[in-house]
Amino acid sequence: MAASNQDQANETISLEVFRYRPEEEDEPSWQSYEVPFRPDWVVLDALNYVKDEIDGTLSYRWSCRMGVCGSCGMMINGEPKLTCAAFLRDYYPKPIRIEPLTYFPVIRDLVINMDGFLDKLDSVQAWLIPKEEKPVSEGEYLQSPAELAKFKKFSMCINCMLCYSACPVVGHIPGFLGPAAIALAQRYNYDSRDGGADERAETLFSHEGIWECTFVGDCSHVCPKDVDPAGAIQRYKVKATTEWYKSLLLPRGRR
Amino acid sequence: MNPEYRLYHPKWYRRRIPIFWWLKKLAYLKFVLRELTSLAVVYAVVLLLLQLVALSRGEAAYARFLDLLGRPGFLAIHTLVLLGLVFHTVTWLNLAPRALVLRLRGKKVPDRFILAGHYLGWLAVTLLIVWGLVGR
Repeated sequence: MAASNQDQANETISLEVFRYRPEEEDEPSWQSYEVPFRPDWVVLDALNYVKDEIDGTLSYRWSCRMGVCGSCGMMINGEPKLTCAAFLRDYYPKPIRIEPLTYFPVIRDLVINMDGFLDKLDSVQAWLIPKEEKPVSEGEYLQSPAELAKFKKFSMCINCMLCYSACPVVGHIPGFLGPAAIALAQRYNYDSRDGGADERAETLFSHEGIWECTFVGDCSHVCPKDVDPAGAIQRYKVKATTEWYKSLLLPRGRR
Repeated sequence: MNPEYRLYHPKWYRRRIPIFWWLKKLAYLKFVLRELTSLAVVYAVVLLLLQLVALSRGEAAYARFLDLLGRPGFLAIHTLVLLGLVFHTVTWLNLAPRALVLRLRGKKVPDRFILAGHYLGWLAVTLLIVWGLVGR
């Protein structure tokens, strides 16, 4: 496979890769690799070529190669992207600069620590909290296509964290819940089978919840699944504001 | 898990954010301009209040105020303020469909209708003011 690749490749493209080897160096450095240019290759193919043929010490995450698993997100020329969806031909003949997702601590090379994100996801309870538990014998919780349409967009999130690397608020306020966690909370808030909106509100309304968002909007722009987390957050702000006014103006029974 | 847990990662690398991060991407620059032009809104409001104060002090004071506003320096500044106001308003209204999702008979109202509603509202208010100033 690799040999035939080399035969076909008359042209090459250079990758400028962020290296950080904590056991050997205190500061990260840049390393250049020359890889064959093939128009049907994505950046992930080029990294795999480096790992297989040039330098086995390069570390990075990947799994599905087809935009489903959300593992291979990296900064490509400063823009957060899934490396499995970024074609070399879109950058050729200029070199491609590859860095780990920004705003996350770097463990090694292109591998970031995502514990902070997973904690945030946990804190918004991004799972179905049924309105009422019913025994299996009573059958499934039914839902109409119209009810599904209300949250389907937000359910497409693959937890790739590109939106976190696009968000300057995440960079400045590391505790901010962030785009994906809030969009996923909304995915369940908008689900007709769910009754957990009040439980989630506690976290979402907190100091580091929705109100930290300043609507830069770049999270939605970089999202590979068109989830529109920025929209999800603004809609939650509108809802929170109307609820607040209702609680102020309406008698208790009508809220 | 405690994010400070670092037993096996004694040397995580954290990058610093440059002060001029907002110059690195057009989307960031546009965002910063959108937020900064809110100062033009504040300025316009304060100016209107000062105009009211001048008006309350009688005809002579108001004439002096208008004379002051007619000077070239003020005209130049106020042209910039107007540009800022228009930029702020347009970028702000364009974001409206993202925050406002209406459903009519189970279907989402398309973004362009929400946008059109906002712009028509802006136009209506503008026409009302123009009518109030010159129409009567």
